Amino acid sequence: MLAATLLCITRRNPVHAVIYLVVSFFALAIIFYLLGAPLVAAFEVIVYAGAIMVLFLFIIMMLGLAPQETPEGPGWQRWAPLVLLSSSLMICTLMLIFQDPAASKDIGAFYLAPQAVGEALFGRYALAVEVISFQLLFATIGAYMLGKPLPKGDEQ
Amino acid sequence: MMIPFGHALAFAAALFVLGLTCVLLRRQVIMILVGVEIMLNAASLVFVAASAYWQQADGQVFVIILMAITAAEVAVALAMVVYLWRRKRSLVADVFNGMRG
Repeated sequence: MLAATLLCITRRNPVHAVIYLVVSFFALAIIFYLLGAPLVAAFEVIVYAGAIMVLFLFIIMMLGLAPQETPEGPGWQRWAPLVLLSSSLMICTLMLIFQDPAASKDIGAFYLAPQAVGEALFGRYALAVEVISFQLLFATIGAYMLGKPLPKGDEQ
Repeated sequence: MMIPFGHALAFAAALFVLGLTCVLLRRQVIMILVGVEIMLNAASLVFVAASAYWQQADGQVFVIILMAITAAEVAVALAMVVYLWRRKRSLVADVFNGMRG
C-alpha cells in the first residue's frame, strides 16, 4: 500500500496518480476491515474510491491536464528542504511512538458491528451529524457560487 | 489481528509523511489536493487503530464524520480548481500570485 502511495505521488500524469491512489484506498480499506471496522472499510471504498476519486478523475479529464512539471534549476536545491523536513518529521514521530511503552502492546481482537457504529453516530453524536449536514449544504452552495460563469472581461 | 499499536501508528506516520511530500513537491493544484487526501487518510487510520486499541466505537464514528468533511472540502476545492482554470488556463500553483479585491 505504501508502494502504491509512493507511485501515486511520483507520477507525472495526474490520471495515473489518481488510479494509484484508488489502489492505495482499497488497501487502506482492507486494513480498516482487519482492524475491526467493516462499516468504515465499506465507506472508504464507496466514498473515497468511488465518489471522491471519480470527481478528481472527472475534473482532470474535463480540463485535459497534460503531464508536465519539469523541474527547473538544480535538482538538489528543490529536493533538499523537502527531504530534510520529511525525514526529520518521520524520525521524530517514530522516536515518539516507540518510546511509549503502550506502543508495544497488541491491539486485541476487536470487531465492531455496523449497528453499534450507527447507534453511537445517531445517539451520542447526533448533533455532529446535524452540523455535518449543514456543512455539506454550505459546500454545495459554495461550489455553485464558484461554478457560475465569469463576468465579462475576466477571462484571460 | 494481533499487531502492536505502535506499528499501526508508524504506518500512519509514513502515510502522512508521503502526503506531506506530495503537497510540498508537486506544483499542480490538483496534486496538492491529492496530497491532502493522503494525509486525511493517515489521520483516519490512526482513529481506527485507536478505536480498536481501546475497544470503543468513538474513533470509527469520527472517521465517518471525517469522510463527510472530506467530501465537502473536495467539492469546494475542485470547484475552485475549475474556477482557477477558467481564469488563468493553468493549474500550476506558482501562477496564482495576484489578488484583486
